[in-house]
Amino acid sequence: MSRTAALYGAVGVAALLAPLVFPAFQTQLAFLWVMVLFALTWDVMGGQMGYNSFGNVFYLGLGMYVTAVVQRDLYFDVEEYAHVAGAVGTLSAGEYLTGLALGLALAGVAAVLAAAVLGSGILGLRGHYFAICTLGLGIAAGEIAGGIDYIGAGSGLVTPVFPDALGRRGMFFYYLFFALAVATFFTLRWLYAGRFGLAINAIRDDEDKAEAMGIHTTRYKTVAWCVSAFFLGIAGGGVGNLVGFIDPTDVAFAGATFGVWMVLMAILGGKGTLWGPVIGAVIFHVTQELFWTYLFGWQRVALGALIIVIVVFFPQGILGWVRQRWPERFGHRVDEEARAPGGGA
Amino acid sequence: MDNLQILVAAPVFSVQLLIDGILVGAVFALAAYGMALVWGVMNIINIAQGEFVILGGYVTWAVAQAGFHPFLGVPVSFIALFAVGWILYRAVVARVVDRDLFISILATFGISILMQQVMNQVFTADVQTAQSGLGTLFLFEGQVTVAQIKIVAFVFALALGGALVVFMRRSRLGKAIRATAQNARAARILGVDTGRVYAITYSLNAAICGAAGALVVMIWVIQPFIGLAYTVRSFMIVVVAGLGNLAGVVAAGLGLGAAENFAGFILGAEFQTAFIFSLLVVILLGRNLRLRRQRRVLR
Repeated sequence: MSRTAALYGAVGVAALLAPLVFPAFQTQLAFLWVMVLFALTWDVMGGQMGYNSFGNVFYLGLGMYVTAVVQRDLYFDVEEYAHVAGAVGTLSAGEYLTGLALGLALAGVAAVLAAAVLGSGILGLRGHYFAICTLGLGIAAGEIAGGIDYIGAGSGLVTPVFPDALGRRGMFFYYLFFALAVATFFTLRWLYAGRFGLAINAIRDDEDKAEAMGIHTTRYKTVAWCVSAFFLGIAGGGVGNLVGFIDPTDVAFAGATFGVWMVLMAILGGKGTLWGPVIGAVIFHVTQELFWTYLFGWQRVALGALIIVIVVFFPQGILGWVRQRWPERFGHRVDEEARAPGGGA
Repeated sequence: MDNLQILVAAPVFSVQLLIDGILVGAVFALAAYGMALVWGVMNIINIAQGEFVILGGYVTWAVAQAGFHPFLGVPVSFIALFAVGWILYRAVVARVVDRDLFISILATFGISILMQQVMNQVFTADVQTAQSGLGTLFLFEGQVTVAQIKIVAFVFALALGGALVVFMRRSRLGKAIRATAQNARAARILGVDTGRVYAITYSLNAAICGAAGALVVMIWVIQPFIGLAYTVRSFMIVVVAGLGNLAGVVAAGLGLGAAENFAGFILGAEFQTAFIFSLLVVILLGRNLRLRRQRRVLR
């Protein structure tokens, strides 16, 4: 146990010091935690429960818009704000924080409500029907948001200017996302360790049998989606403010970037594990930041190729591979005679 | 919603929308037929369907740019996309065909993104079209206009569909494909090379989509990132019609074309794409609710 504690301590200290050591990369580092959040929240559904969602960006975008609208409507006149693209005087630090906190809280609530309502219907679908339905959900949301004038329609929505009194913007959001990622990680760790984790794993392994054993599958599935949506919605509110400009299809409901990355990072690290999405997100984000600028516009081509390669040749992911290689390290007892590939829970 | 009143006041507009929709719907049905083929035979839902359509459109556009008549693009796209499908099958799809559904869906999703972005790099994100040079037909004393190319495309699509049906029913290869769809293992025992059947099925689907794309570039426009709409349309049509129900695919395709046109007119053009994707969600949920009464689920 002490080794685990040492590991958490080391990661924690490194994470707390990182923006101070690399002050020039604070925004990129903040996005590192955003990526971790993306992968962790996707894995609740995709990895642990076997419901592969292509539409989790829906909650991201929802959180983004809710937060931005709260921030705007609290202190500004909507018409005037849209007219001058957000440049109607700056907020004081206190006002900004109040708006942001209220916005993020409401974003979480809105995402949970949406997940509960949508989940009761969509989660009745299985397998590929669920995957394609969520794909449609994400894109439809982006298209609809692009037609609503109240939230800026196709020309997007600008978040309020970050006040100077709060120090550096990158630093502020770095710690915000770090705290949120840590909260998400430990909440999920706690959930996976208990009855909830067992139930959703049972749903992944065989939903009909799980139901026959008396598990209220629909209830568990909906709760799992709500958990995922809650953290993703809050993260979305933060991302909107960090980016500063919310475009309906390229930032908020960005299926081609954020939406795909979520899936890719979780699979790369090893879906269905706690640390897998974290590792996958870190590796993906670091390689992306380091190398992708040298690809001159071919990055997204590389992304497509990367998905194919990972899915076809490495679907178990990094942690999945490690677990297959050394199952005893994960506390799985291995029956040598019955040892089969794909062992482990 | 004001446009709804226009429809009530001038019913002839509905005729216009209906004709336009049905003519375009045949092209949707063609792509959907390809999707049903791959789905039924290989148990793969090909997310890259729409990208095949768009790539077929670009091939025809290139043919037109080279100075030939775009009609020539239909067979050229068919053959070119057959080759593309073959390469993709050998490189990627063959490795995921017997794995679990999510792996194959994600792999074709990767193909879809790859193709989108390559097309974006090669052809840029500009909107392209190929002029067929055909005129316009006037009906109802000029109140309803029908571009002749749409009629030609409609006939083309139905003729190609008919040819495919004959191919499936009569030819040896068609029979092998149908046998594999019914029971791949039994087909293998009886001497069908199922690996080859899979390769041909996937390539044939790409070729069908290529031909559909050739028609799309003549009647509408293409752009690298609109492929997913065609995937979703095909998927909806197959879900509504059911696998192996050809008449249903045609009917659902024509119906979808008409519904989309009406929705685009009533809700406004900016919501037409939103309508397609929302309809997908609604259709899936609706079907599932109906099945739930019998304690079954879509699978």
